[in-house]
Amino acid sequence: MYKILKAEELTANIYLMVVEAPRVAKSCQPGQFVIVRTDEDGERIPLTICDYDRAAGTVTIVFQVVGAATEMMRRLQTGDSFHDFVGPLGRPSELIGEDTESLRRKKILFVAGGLGTAPVYPQVKWLHEQGVDADVIVGAKTKDLLIMEEEMKAVAGNLFITTDDGSYGRSGMVTKVIDDLIGGEGRQYDVCIAIGPMIMMKFVCLTTAKYDLPTVVSMNPIMVDGTGMCGACRLTVDGEVKFACVDGPEFDGHKVDFDQAMKRQQIYKTKEGRAFLKAQEGSTHHGGCGNCGGND
Amino acid sequence: MQTDVLTKVPVREQDAKERAANFDEVCLGYNKEEAMCEASRCINCKNAQCIKGCPVAINIPAFIEKVKDGDIGAAYQVISEASALPAVCGRVCPQESQCEGKCIRGIKGEPISIGKLERFVADWARENHIKPEGAAVKKGKKVAVIGSGPSGLTCAGDLAKMGYDVTIFEALHEPGGVLVYGIPEFRLPKRDVVAKEIENVKSLGVRIETNVVIGKSVTIDELLTEEGFSAVFIGSGAGLPKFMGIPGEQANGVFSANEYLTRSNLMKAFDEESNTPIMRGRKVAVVGGGNVAMDAARTALRLGAEVHIVYRRSEEELPARVEEVHHAKEEGIIFDLLTNPVEILEDENGWVCGIKCVRMELGEPDASGRRRPVVIEGSEFTMDVDTVIMSLGTSPNPLISSTTKGLEVNKYQCIVADEESGRTTKEGVYAGGDAVTGAATVILAMGAGKAAAKGIDEYLSKA
Repeated sequence: MYKILKAEELTANIYLMVVEAPRVAKSCQPGQFVIVRTDEDGERIPLTICDYDRAAGTVTIVFQVVGAATEMMRRLQTGDSFHDFVGPLGRPSELIGEDTESLRRKKILFVAGGLGTAPVYPQVKWLHEQGVDADVIVGAKTKDLLIMEEEMKAVAGNLFITTDDGSYGRSGMVTKVIDDLIGGEGRQYDVCIAIGPMIMMKFVCLTTAKYDLPTVVSMNPIMVDGTGMCGACRLTVDGEVKFACVDGPEFDGHKVDFDQAMKRQQIYKTKEGRAFLKAQEGSTHHGGCGNCGGND
Repeated sequence: MQTDVLTKVPVREQDAKERAANFDEVCLGYNKEEAMCEASRCINCKNAQCIKGCPVAINIPAFIEKVKDGDIGAAYQVISEASALPAVCGRVCPQESQCEGKCIRGIKGEPISIGKLERFVADWARENHIKPEGAAVKKGKKVAVIGSGPSGLTCAGDLAKMGYDVTIFEALHEPGGVLVYGIPEFRLPKRDVVAKEIENVKSLGVRIETNVVIGKSVTIDELLTEEGFSAVFIGSGAGLPKFMGIPGEQANGVFSANEYLTRSNLMKAFDEESNTPIMRGRKVAVVGGGNVAMDAARTALRLGAEVHIVYRRSEEELPARVEEVHHAKEEGIIFDLLTNPVEILEDENGWVCGIKCVRMELGEPDASGRRRPVVIEGSEFTMDVDTVIMSLGTSPNPLISSTTKGLEVNKYQCIVADEESGRTTKEGVYAGGDAVTGAATVILAMGAGKAAAKGIDEYLSKA
């Protein structure tokens, strides 16, 4: 059992939990993920790692309630436990392997969409600890759905916040901010790391391609075991089949077949699940996230 | 009860029509009277060939002798000296090519039903709460076993009996490896059989830590240097699925047999109440002809589909056990033999809507000794299916070999290990089962686990 030391609602439907998992805390790196189960009969839920404390033996996860399994997770309180918590899975972010000197010479741009802010955070924080300040764009549908603003501000170089509806920060999608920064303001970047809904990552890649800006994305397809066993998470990168769980989750975004990956997300989307999301998201539900199947 | 000494006492099975719609066990096994009657056919050969056919060398005539006398408890102790998982082996071993294949009775007439007798003894012991006997003296040395499948459980059980302090590390949330994620409930009941056999291994003093992915959560070097283990056994199996590399394979509705079976077996997706979904196809093509293909096909059938086995060679070359093929046919699985898929067709939304195949004929024998299937020109046709399950074999997961310095693998990613002792190229590290051989059988993995336990004991006795 893996004890929950802190459970907090960050904003409507997005929760943060600090979980006691010493083995994971000891060995995890930014970019990796865990799989959790709430109880004996629970589904295996993959979640990216948001933060970790090696000394305390804890790992922080952030999740959004999108269906039955995450609804079960939401009900867990401080002091409760996860039945299972396994990891770290996947490969660490490529930045982790680079030497500090070469990182310091690089201009790095992160693009975080919605819940993607959580997995972007440990990478930015890790770079900050190496003395590298990266620029970060955080996009949310609306002001109320923005998470971890203070935390991100503390570790980012420049932080650019944008909301789809213009209720906070800049106005419009993250792709518009990329255009503004590079095309408009003439800023230069050597690499972009984009994490968020698949549809966002697809359009970020189309945008950065215009500027020949190498772009890394973190894929979050359906998976079961997370160790390379089932192949449910397979996707096509540069014409080759890759498993997100062991070959990724990070890939060269300009080579990922996003349209195929988004279709594969639909396999187990039920009518109930879609209805649930629509009810949750109300007027902000446009079906473009690639995760829910939209209004069909 | 009287029987013809030349024929086996028949074993009771669930009716084919009835079982095609449920996940209960197909074979019902012997009762005590039937078992004693079958045992009485054994002629107790002095130079018992059956023992030579058994990868873990169970003293078969000795246990059958006890069954003949009606002393089932004593029979169980004879078996458990050699095997940690008799209730499993009695169900899934290919006896026809091992113990029963060597049985002298089988020269004239049918061999003794050794598998069914083993199963009866193990089931009886479980129902009567008889456990295997543990070690009297502790050695005070720690051994780590990676993977809780057949080889890991066997190696751990044997080492514990020798007095070692054994911890098994399992990557999934439940121990058992292929016994829980791969082999379906209707062939191997999970709660009543597998979980109980694992309990028996634990009762020998073996600890099992689940949710630990060796190579990720902790490395083998860390186990040896930081966690105080004196030796490590790698029994991590062959878990990576293969795909054909044909167009359309990424369409929705194409699954690896591993995914399909893991959802159904480990995650209990066959149960409508389960939190984990499984696609319930209308018409399913299972590509491949091994035991795993049969398991996937019979699972899909029970989930309500019309199921076709698509296999490129003929019935004679089917790698699956004869018993599995027979059961599959009885239940209504359709065999499309000498047929090979060339493309999976998808509709405009990315869902499978058919599979394009070609007909094959057998040519000259290839490297495997089997006749090579050759495409018949112009034989292309389309099968109307909505689900395709790829069951083309599996290969070892590189997670461990790629994170362990000095551990040699061959070109198939299989760990290089000495057959007799399980010794690898890294000191103190042993390996066995599918991680070494590539996908094979439960009992061969158990044999390798057993050999490695002996190898580890010899290594640690010297140190």
